[in-house]
Amino acid sequence: MNISIKAALLGSALALAGPAFADMMHPKTGEKLAEDQTFTYRVLDEHTSVDPQIVEDVSGSEIVRDLFEGLYNQNRAGELVPGVALSHTTNDDKTVYTFKLRDDAKWSDGKPVTAGDFVYAWRRLADPATASEYQWYMEVMGIKNAAEVMSGDMPVEELGVKAIDDHTLEVTLGSSLPYFALTTTHTSTFPTPQWAIEAHGADWIKPENIVVNGAYKLTEHVANERLVRERNPMYWDNDNTIIEKVTSLVINDENVALTRYQAGELDRTEIPAGQYPSLKESNPDEATAFPRLCSYYYTINVSDSTPEFLKDDRVRRALSYAINRDIITEKVLQGGQTAAYTFTPGATAGFEVPSVDYAGWSQDERNAKAVELMTEAGYGKDNPIDLTLLYNTSEAHKKVALAVSQMWKQNLGVNVTLENQEWKTYLTTRGEQNYEIARAGWCGDYNEASTFLDLVQSGSGYNDAKYANDMVDSLLADAKTMDNPQPNYTKVEEIIAADMPIIPIYHYAGSFMIKPELIGSWPVENVEQNWYSKDLYKVAK
Amino acid sequence: MLNFIIRRVAVAIPTLIILLVASFWLMQTAPGGPFTSERPLPAQVLANIEAKYGLDQPVYKQLWDYVVGIVTQFDFGPSYKYKDRSVNDIIAQGFPVTLTYGIISFLVAIIIGGALGISAAIRQNSWLDYFAVGVTIGAQVLPNFVMAPILILVFTLWLGWLPGGGWNGGQWQHIIMPVIALSTSYMASIARLTRSSMLEVLRSNFIRTARAKGLPDNVIIWRHALKPSLLPVISYLGPAFVGMVTGSFIIDAIFGTGGIGYFYVNSAFNRDYAVMMGLTILLGSMTILFNMVVDILYAWIDPKIRL
Repeated sequence: MNISIKAALLGSALALAGPAFADMMHPKTGEKLAEDQTFTYRVLDEHTSVDPQIVEDVSGSEIVRDLFEGLYNQNRAGELVPGVALSHTTNDDKTVYTFKLRDDAKWSDGKPVTAGDFVYAWRRLADPATASEYQWYMEVMGIKNAAEVMSGDMPVEELGVKAIDDHTLEVTLGSSLPYFALTTTHTSTFPTPQWAIEAHGADWIKPENIVVNGAYKLTEHVANERLVRERNPMYWDNDNTIIEKVTSLVINDENVALTRYQAGELDRTEIPAGQYPSLKESNPDEATAFPRLCSYYYTINVSDSTPEFLKDDRVRRALSYAINRDIITEKVLQGGQTAAYTFTPGATAGFEVPSVDYAGWSQDERNAKAVELMTEAGYGKDNPIDLTLLYNTSEAHKKVALAVSQMWKQNLGVNVTLENQEWKTYLTTRGEQNYEIARAGWCGDYNEASTFLDLVQSGSGYNDAKYANDMVDSLLADAKTMDNPQPNYTKVEEIIAADMPIIPIYHYAGSFMIKPELIGSWPVENVEQNWYSKDLYKVAK
Repeated sequence: MLNFIIRRVAVAIPTLIILLVASFWLMQTAPGGPFTSERPLPAQVLANIEAKYGLDQPVYKQLWDYVVGIVTQFDFGPSYKYKDRSVNDIIAQGFPVTLTYGIISFLVAIIIGGALGISAAIRQNSWLDYFAVGVTIGAQVLPNFVMAPILILVFTLWLGWLPGGGWNGGQWQHIIMPVIALSTSYMASIARLTRSSMLEVLRSNFIRTARAKGLPDNVIIWRHALKPSLLPVISYLGPAFVGMVTGSFIIDAIFGTGGIGYFYVNSAFNRDYAVMMGLTILLGSMTILFNMVVDILYAWIDPKIRL
C-alpha cells in the first residue's frame, strides 16, 4: 500500500471514527499511536501576538507556525520542505524567484490560498502604517524597494512581489541573494486573509474572528493563562496531522513548571538551569539537550568612549584567552552548552567552523599567552587593569560573570566590578556604549552564518561593540552574493579572533523534559527549533 | 458625617491626579522604551511605530491625550507589548480573576484570622492560645513565594489532589492553592491584631465593671468587648483588602492564574506605558477608595474620629 492510499484511508477512518486513534499506526513510520493525541506545553510568558506580521517573540512564532503556513516549512533537520509553495525557480543572477503554489491549500473559511494572499501579507509587513517591529525583515530578504516602501517614499504597490496568477508568486530582489528561499520560513512572511483583517480590524486574531491556513485553528485564548489550538479540517494535509489539540500554558516559574510536568500536567517543559545532569540521571528517556543556533558572548566597547586599555587588541585577546570555557559549560552551566571560540555556532547550516588559532591550544597555553600579551601591553598583576562587567539581572548570567571575573583576577590580576541592570536599562546602556565589557547573546534569525556575522559589520544596528573594520565589511558584503561564501566567513571569523571585539564564550543548548511517547517526533536536530505541531505525534507506550 | 465624607472625597481626587502625573513622569524617565530590544529597530521602523502610537508627541501631550481618552471614551490605550490586546481587554480578562481569588482570600483571612485571634484572647495562656500564636507566627514568617511552590509540590505532585496552576474559568480546584498562599500572612496579621486588641479591651475598666455586675462571659465578649477591639483590625482591613484584590505578582507568576498582578509588574519591565498607567489608575483608585471606606467606617464606629 503506498503512502497516499494509506493516508487517504487514515483520513476516512478519522472522519468516521472521530478523534479515536486507538490501534492506529503512524501513516509514514508505522509506529503504533497512543490514544491520547493532545500536546500541552509550558511557555515562560504570554505571547506578543498571533498575527504573522506583528508577532515578535519565540513563543508567539511557535503558535503562528501552527495557525498559518508560509511558502516553505522546515523538516526535523531544519531543511526546507514544501508548505504552500511546491517548488521555486530562479533566474541566473538569483534576483527573481518564482514560486509555484499548491492548488489545494485553503483558508479555514474555505477560500483558496492564493499568491495574492502572500502579496497582501508582504505589503502589509512593509507598510509603515502597519508599524510592524519586523518590518526590517523585508530588507533582510532583500526585496526590491523594501527600504523605500518602509520609509513611505514609495507606495506599497512598488514592493518587489507580485502574483502572476493565483498559484504563481514572483519575487524580485534588489540584489542577488542565493539563500533567499531559506528566509521564507520566517513567520512574518506568512500569508494573511485580507478580508478578515478588513472586516474585524485589530480584533481579527480573536478566536471568534480569525481565519487561518495552517494545520490548527485558534479555539481559546485566556491572556497569561492558556492558548488552545485544535486541528483545522480545511488544512490541505489534515489527513496526515495526528496531534488533535495543542495547549500552551503560561507558567512563569520554571521550577513550578517542572513540578507540574512531573505531575503529568505537561508534555514538555524547559529544564531549570543547573538541573540537567540530575534529571538526565533520574529520567534518561525524558531529559533532552541539543545545540541551538545561539551564541553567548561578551562584547567589548571599542568605541571612543572606552578606556585606553580596551582599545589595545592584545588586552582584548588576553581577556578572551584567560577564560576557561570548558569550566563554564561543564561546571557552571551543565546544560549541554558547548565552548565557543568563533561567533557563529558550528550547528549553522553550511557553516564549517574555521580553526582559529586559540581554539586548538590547551587552556594552559592560552593562559600563558594571555599573560604574555598583557605584559607586552604593559599590564599585569603589579599594574592591574580595573574594569566593569555589565550583565542583565539573572542568576545564570551572574554565575558566568563571577566565574569569568575570577579567571581574569587569577590569571591576569584584573580587578573586575560586576554590575547588573534590569533588561531595558541594560540594553540602553549597552546601546549607548556606556559600558566597558557587557554580556550579550544572539540567536540566528535564519539558518545561515550571515545572521551572526552581520553583527560585526560597522553599519549594523546590533554592533554594540562599535567595531569597525573595512576588510570585514567588504568580505561580508561580497559574501551576500556568493554561491559559496564560506571562505569569506572563515576570514571574518579569523579577523574577529585576532581583533577580539567580542569574546565568544559558549553556544547555547536547549534542554527540555519531553514525555517519552512524544520525544521520538520532536525535531531535536532542528537547531532553530522551529517545530510544527502537525509533525508531532505520541506513540503508544 | 456627611461633611466628613465630602472632606475625604475632596482629598481623594487630587491624590489620584498626583499619582497619575507622578507615575507617568517616572515611567518616562526610566531608561529604554517599549520598543527597546536586543535587536534595536532601524530608525525608520521605530519612527513608524512611534508615529502609530503617538509616542513622537511631547510628553505633556501624550499624558493629556491619554487622560482625554480615558475620560471621554473610557479607553485606557493599547498595549505596546501584547499588540493583540488593549489595556481594557487586559483588565476585562485579568481583573475578574484577581478579584475572585482576592475576595475569597480576604474572607478566609478575616474569618479564620478573627476566630483564631478571639479564641486565643479569651483563653489566654491555654493550649489554644499557644497553638494560635504558633500558627500565626509560622504563617507570617513563611513568605508566599516559598509557600506556593511547596503547596504545588504537596497537593499536585505528591497527593495529586489539585491541579498545579491555571485558572480554567475559575473552577474551585484552581482557586484553593492561590487562596491559601495569598491569605495566610494576612490571616496571621489579623489573628495577632485581634488577639492583642481583645486582650487589651478585656483588661479595661468597663469590662471589669461588667464582670462585677455578674454578666455572663459570652455577653461580655460579644456585646461589649468585640466592637472596641475591632477598631485596630478595621484600620488594617482596608489596606489588606486592597492588597488582596489588586492581585499579586507572586500568585499570578507561580500559579499561572492570569490575574493582573503579573501584568502590572511586567508592564514596568516592558515599559508598556499604557498598561502600566491603566493598572496604576485602577489599583490607585481602589486603594484610595478603600482607605476612604475604612476611614468612614472608623468614624462611624468611633465618633471621636469625626471631630
